[in-house]
Amino acid sequence: MAGPVLEMRSIVKTFPGVKALSDVTLTVQQGEVHAICGENGAGKSTLMKVLSGVHPHGTYEGDILFEGEVCEFKDIRASEHRGIVIIHQELALSPFLSLAENIFLGNEHAKGGFIDWRETLRHGSELLRRVGLSDHPDTRVADIGVGKQQLVEIAKALSKKVKLLILDEPTAALNDEDSGKLLDLILELKKQGITSIIISHKLNEIRKVADSVTILRDGKTIETLDVKAPETTEDRIISGMVGRDLENRFPDRTPHEPEEGAHPALEIRNWTVHHPIDQQRKVVDDVSIEVRRGEIVGIAGLMGAGRTELAMSVFGRTYGRHAGGTVLKDGTEIRTKTVPEAVKHGIAYVTEDRKHYGLNLIDTVNRNISLSALGKVAKRGVVDEHEERQVAEGFRKSMNIKAPTVFEPVGKLSGGNQQKVVLSKWIFAGPDVLILDEPTRGIDVGAKYEIYTVIDQLAAQGKAVVFISSELPELLGMCDRIYTMAAGRLTGEFSRAEASQESLMRQMTKDKEVSR
Amino acid sequence: MSTDVTAKTPAPAPPGKSGGAAGDGLLQLVLDGMRRNMRQYGMLIALGLIVALFAVWTDGDLLLPRNVSNLVLQNSYILILAMGMMLVIIAGHIDLSVGSLTAFIGSMAAVFMVKNDLPWPVAVILCLAVGAIAGAIQGFFIAYGGIPSFIVTLAGMLIWRGLTEIFLEGQTLGPFPEGLQKVANGFLPEVGPNTNYHNLTLLLGFAMIAFVVFQEFRDRRRQQEFHLDVPPLNLFLLKLVALGAAILTLTMLLASYKGAPIVLLILGVLLVGFGYVMRNAIIGRHIYAIGGNLPAAKLSGVKDKKVTFLIFVNMGMLAALAGLVFAARFNAASPKAGLNFELEAIAASFIGGASMSGGVGTVLGAIIGGLVLGVLNNGMNLVGIGTDWQQVIKGLVLLAAVGFDVWNKRKVGS
Repeated sequence: MAGPVLEMRSIVKTFPGVKALSDVTLTVQQGEVHAICGENGAGKSTLMKVLSGVHPHGTYEGDILFEGEVCEFKDIRASEHRGIVIIHQELALSPFLSLAENIFLGNEHAKGGFIDWRETLRHGSELLRRVGLSDHPDTRVADIGVGKQQLVEIAKALSKKVKLLILDEPTAALNDEDSGKLLDLILELKKQGITSIIISHKLNEIRKVADSVTILRDGKTIETLDVKAPETTEDRIISGMVGRDLENRFPDRTPHEPEEGAHPALEIRNWTVHHPIDQQRKVVDDVSIEVRRGEIVGIAGLMGAGRTELAMSVFGRTYGRHAGGTVLKDGTEIRTKTVPEAVKHGIAYVTEDRKHYGLNLIDTVNRNISLSALGKVAKRGVVDEHEERQVAEGFRKSMNIKAPTVFEPVGKLSGGNQQKVVLSKWIFAGPDVLILDEPTRGIDVGAKYEIYTVIDQLAAQGKAVVFISSELPELLGMCDRIYTMAAGRLTGEFSRAEASQESLMRQMTKDKEVSR
Repeated sequence: MSTDVTAKTPAPAPPGKSGGAAGDGLLQLVLDGMRRNMRQYGMLIALGLIVALFAVWTDGDLLLPRNVSNLVLQNSYILILAMGMMLVIIAGHIDLSVGSLTAFIGSMAAVFMVKNDLPWPVAVILCLAVGAIAGAIQGFFIAYGGIPSFIVTLAGMLIWRGLTEIFLEGQTLGPFPEGLQKVANGFLPEVGPNTNYHNLTLLLGFAMIAFVVFQEFRDRRRQQEFHLDVPPLNLFLLKLVALGAAILTLTMLLASYKGAPIVLLILGVLLVGFGYVMRNAIIGRHIYAIGGNLPAAKLSGVKDKKVTFLIFVNMGMLAALAGLVFAARFNAASPKAGLNFELEAIAASFIGGASMSGGVGTVLGAIIGGLVLGVLNNGMNLVGIGTDWQQVIKGLVLLAAVGFDVWNKRKVGS
């Protein structure tokens, strides 16, 4: 290691009315993997935008030194020219272009304005091999999975002769297997001398790949820790992020005692769903689950296990083609063919993708909260705006939604607060059964705890909760019972006492190869 | 009278501060409220500037009572179409067929009234029904058939125009019964003693002011009942005075000529009705929801197909109304009627704050946008600018309005 490759000194960035960064200092050593973590809104993404020239020189204060020289990037091209490449959380690939075309997009191998296909293919396949992909460079991006797309992004970065690679939550949309591959690749690139900055919420990832970690909080650098040092524990990092010692990541929960004889609040029997386009494929295959009032039941599974598909097909058949199975509520069979029917029977589904399926981002907090139950604040088809506002104010206080007013557009809130709005919306609908799909995805530790508390309260009020999650610790911390799914089938059922990360993971990966 | 309601909808924008509003200055509060509705206030101010510009340029001719009456009558059909178009655009669709449909309904009206001598009220109801059916056909393909509205209504644009020419055999048909003409061109009847003013219009204006004041106070009291923050009293009163003055000015202007045109009353009723529905009715919320994020709306239990279908039925009916007003005003059904009306209505909506991606806009905005175009037309006619340059200028105004919006959003930060 030959001293710092990057130094950002006293960076201050102000947006109208908000100080996003108020004195951030970041030093990255040559050839290391440097993690940045912090709660949502701590300024991680803004800092990277300053570094990569998205926020050009002059719109911030402070100095950036790269390889010992002061840099004044005026746009992304300028920073890329120096070898700083950022890969954003949302992938920026064009779905209907080929892998090779995407890799060289904006940077084409060309002669006199015409694409040099020979060189494009040769270099493209070389880069794809370097990131561990064996797909043909002519494959369309739309035809490969998200995990591979992330690797294509890295290949694209390599084509730009990257020296400093910045990855903004690279594994947020990946399953464990793909995440593992990606992290291995980062370590491999490190051996080749490429320095990386990785923004991540996942502390186990940081422990796996990073050499040091810088913690941001409220737009300030809190500290930089050596990850390999023994005193740098996960709890140590978490307490740095939230600014308090986090004694317990989950609320204390009295496990649910199932009442004898009573019917389950929701029972799904022999549920089978076919893929909407490839109708031969069973996405959910003969799944039967039940959840009782006051109980929190987890569904664990890797990506593609069919958890979301199960939930959405039960909730108004909003996914796939139904091919058999019944839904029982309190022991009686019910119809849930449309969303209004499902809602009428007291079922709520809180989506894993709040931005696309959960919220109208351009509309206000109060209107988002009331949308699924407008009838409750309306008389004869006319909404009582004052009552609606009062309801929303109530949720803003009880759920601790950080918004200046309930008239704030939801799109301006942070991820955790958006999630609280989605939850409020479905709590307001007054369901008996809540299906929560990845309710804490992409939100910071503090907000997670608040959401766990809400879920716990819902169960205590006698609601039946189905908790779908990829994060095993949170399922173990929250659930009374956990089902595991793999490749569309139910592969196991664990009581709170029986379940462990290892036992769950074993069932989650069961039969995966056979069904492929 | 259209300005009175005009000013009404943006005004009750709820107070911004959750906590201590008391500490802030009055100006700050006004500015806060305006920033929240930047687009609408921006256009309202632009409209004011355009009016002022032409008022000076035409030595006051623009604001002569007769011309104000004229302005309303000239633009009524575009304003009617713009209101429906705004709903369509908020829902994330577009309707290119309304100009042709306007002409088609004109031809149907001629067939009913000129060729078959049906009583005009019966013919009007039939025409509205035909408009609703035409809208329903298009709405069916869009909502249930899943064909993009751009394609369906582009087809409709050709089909209705063609059918118009077939029905009229290329001829212009007229005249229409006197009753219908009076509705489209006439004014409120003269009653009471001679006061140099039009009494009924005055009465209506005063009633309007009383109603607005009553509503505002009731609204304020209701908010307090729910323990919600209300704007400080002085700001509230300022708003009331501004509203009252606007209504009074328009009332006096119209009352010193022949009184309020009947079409203006129809427009006012439509504006208040649609404004109320879009703001307060469940279906209004559902329209914003499907335009803002369709998948999320579906998963919230919004019956998106039904809502989309109804929006196009409504658009068809409004196109029929516009067609009737247009035909009656010119006392003839012509195969070339309603040419480019769809573009005017779409332009009005976008000038008035609609967004290409849907989910944004108000019916009031469509009216403001329509008036911007209308005043430009009228003013440029008065000062003798030819239609060639008029089009250029209107195009630039559309570009500037939407450009301003985009710039403003970027400045606020995405």
